[in-house]
Amino acid sequence: MAITAEEVKHVAKLAKLEFTDDELQMFAGQMDDIIKMVQQLGEVDTTDVPVTSTVAEARNVLRDDVAEKGTDRETLMKNVPQSDRGFVKVPAIIDESEAQ
Amino acid sequence: MNFETTIGLEVHVEMKTKSKAFSPAPVQYGQEPNTNTNVIDWGYPGVLPEVNKGALEYGMRAALALNCQIRQDIHFDRKNYFYPDNPKAYQITQAQTPIGHDGWLEIELEDGTVKKIGIEEMHVEEDAGKNTHDPDGYSYVDLNRQGTPLIEIVSKPDIASADEAYAYLKKLRQVIQFTGVSDVKMEEGSMRADVNISVRPIGSDQYGTKTEMKNLNSFEHVRSGLKYEEQRQENVIRAGGNIQQETRRFDVNTGETVLMRVKEGKSDYRYFPEPDLPPIHISDDWIKKVKESIPEMPEERRKRYVNDWGVTEYDADVLTQTMEMSDFFEATVAQGADPKLAANWLMGDVSAYMNDKKLELAEIALTPEHLAGMIALIKDETISSKIAKKVFKQIVANDTDPKAWVEEKGMVQLSDPAVLQPIIDEVLDNNAKSIEDFKNGKDRAVGFLVGNIMKQTRGKANPKVVNQLLMASLKER
Repeated sequence: MAITAEEVKHVAKLAKLEFTDDELQMFAGQMDDIIKMVQQLGEVDTTDVPVTSTVAEARNVLRDDVAEKGTDRETLMKNVPQSDRGFVKVPAIIDESEAQ
Repeated sequence: MNFETTIGLEVHVEMKTKSKAFSPAPVQYGQEPNTNTNVIDWGYPGVLPEVNKGALEYGMRAALALNCQIRQDIHFDRKNYFYPDNPKAYQITQAQTPIGHDGWLEIELEDGTVKKIGIEEMHVEEDAGKNTHDPDGYSYVDLNRQGTPLIEIVSKPDIASADEAYAYLKKLRQVIQFTGVSDVKMEEGSMRADVNISVRPIGSDQYGTKTEMKNLNSFEHVRSGLKYEEQRQENVIRAGGNIQQETRRFDVNTGETVLMRVKEGKSDYRYFPEPDLPPIHISDDWIKKVKESIPEMPEERRKRYVNDWGVTEYDADVLTQTMEMSDFFEATVAQGADPKLAANWLMGDVSAYMNDKKLELAEIALTPEHLAGMIALIKDETISSKIAKKVFKQIVANDTDPKAWVEEKGMVQLSDPAVLQPIIDEVLDNNAKSIEDFKNGKDRAVGFLVGNIMKQTRGKANPKVVNQLLMASLKER
């Protein structure tokens, strides 16, 4: 099942990215190669292997509910392209479709 | 064509933990923008989130209170989306292994019957930041709320009307509030409801296509929005149309729902297990401990009020609707007040005052100490019930000790016969006609005489003592 330009376009839309038709074709090819590589994992027999969500051994890594002061705002804002009165200023995106 | 309605609710509740779900930044409202947030909330490279044990236990507490089964092996998942309210570009949630499942709540319908509403699942996740859209074409982002722990409670599609949805929300708020995990204030956004609704012809074995309304922030909006949407869907189908799966917005001004967008598929969120957070095993012992930490629920409080304190079932039910009222009542009783009198005052004059001033219990000057103090003054007959109304007016609006105030204002009830007898004698001396009327069997004369005595004492005479003395004096005349 080859990755289509249409699928690349859909994923790009979710990531708020736009590509030319040539780029879509190029990424479709690249993504197809990646998927094929990962599909090799399917050759391993996983009968009787439970569904795995992690390969780390750690379990129950928990932090007590104790608050610590937030990161200094001035420091945080150093990586913010535009800020105003302590807010991060971004182009308005009114469509709340993805806000939970 | 007659229809039946199917409603499902997804309710988000903000927990009142001290720190965030996956970072130690403080959970606190009303702070300067972007001061209660840190590099973990902002998803900086190289940061490692850690699960807040308190948030997880609050989640377990809520799940148990909602009669859910606890899933003992859980992990968190990433829900991916791009929106400036969350710089990580994903929300950490529990998509595959919600901590609670198969719970239920009982709601009481208008005709008094009790209906069980199933809870499909309940999980712990994080809230997003807050965007303020400005007409200047920009949004202003405050990430203080980013990462605040949330509980999401997903009902089964057992709700058959807007009124049932309303009753379910009220019950849910009550239960969550008594667990102590959230303030559950809809108007302040610590409780938010997403609703979905579909209708189908009665007898159809398939659900109709559902529409959704998101982030409703009042019980009344939920009820009105659902009522409108139910009618709209029925009209569309009767006219031969089809319902489209879409998200609609409830317009508070018109009371109508309007199309926001056609719904996108669920798989677009590309969920996968959160690699930064190792899985969690919840032992039987841990569940037991959390169960023991759950505070007394409304049902148990109600029983105690009725059995131990002689409060009526109805009064006990009203008093346990909110934790504020229930706590205030108990504190008043703890100060020595008669429980029945305390219940009467709280449900009567106190509630009337709050409604009139549109204030919450926490916002009025009245304290349990002062209410109990006033009730004690009534009980030991220091003040008459008439004077009590005046005392109440004072203590409900001002931080005043009732006993000191009553003494200062000279409002102490006159109960001493040595003081009252001369006044009664004087009134009788001046009203020979009334004595005659009384002897001729006119009971009204007594009322007239009592009124006169009250006037002489400026309302301070103890009516019971006055009556006794007056009757004895009349017989002697």
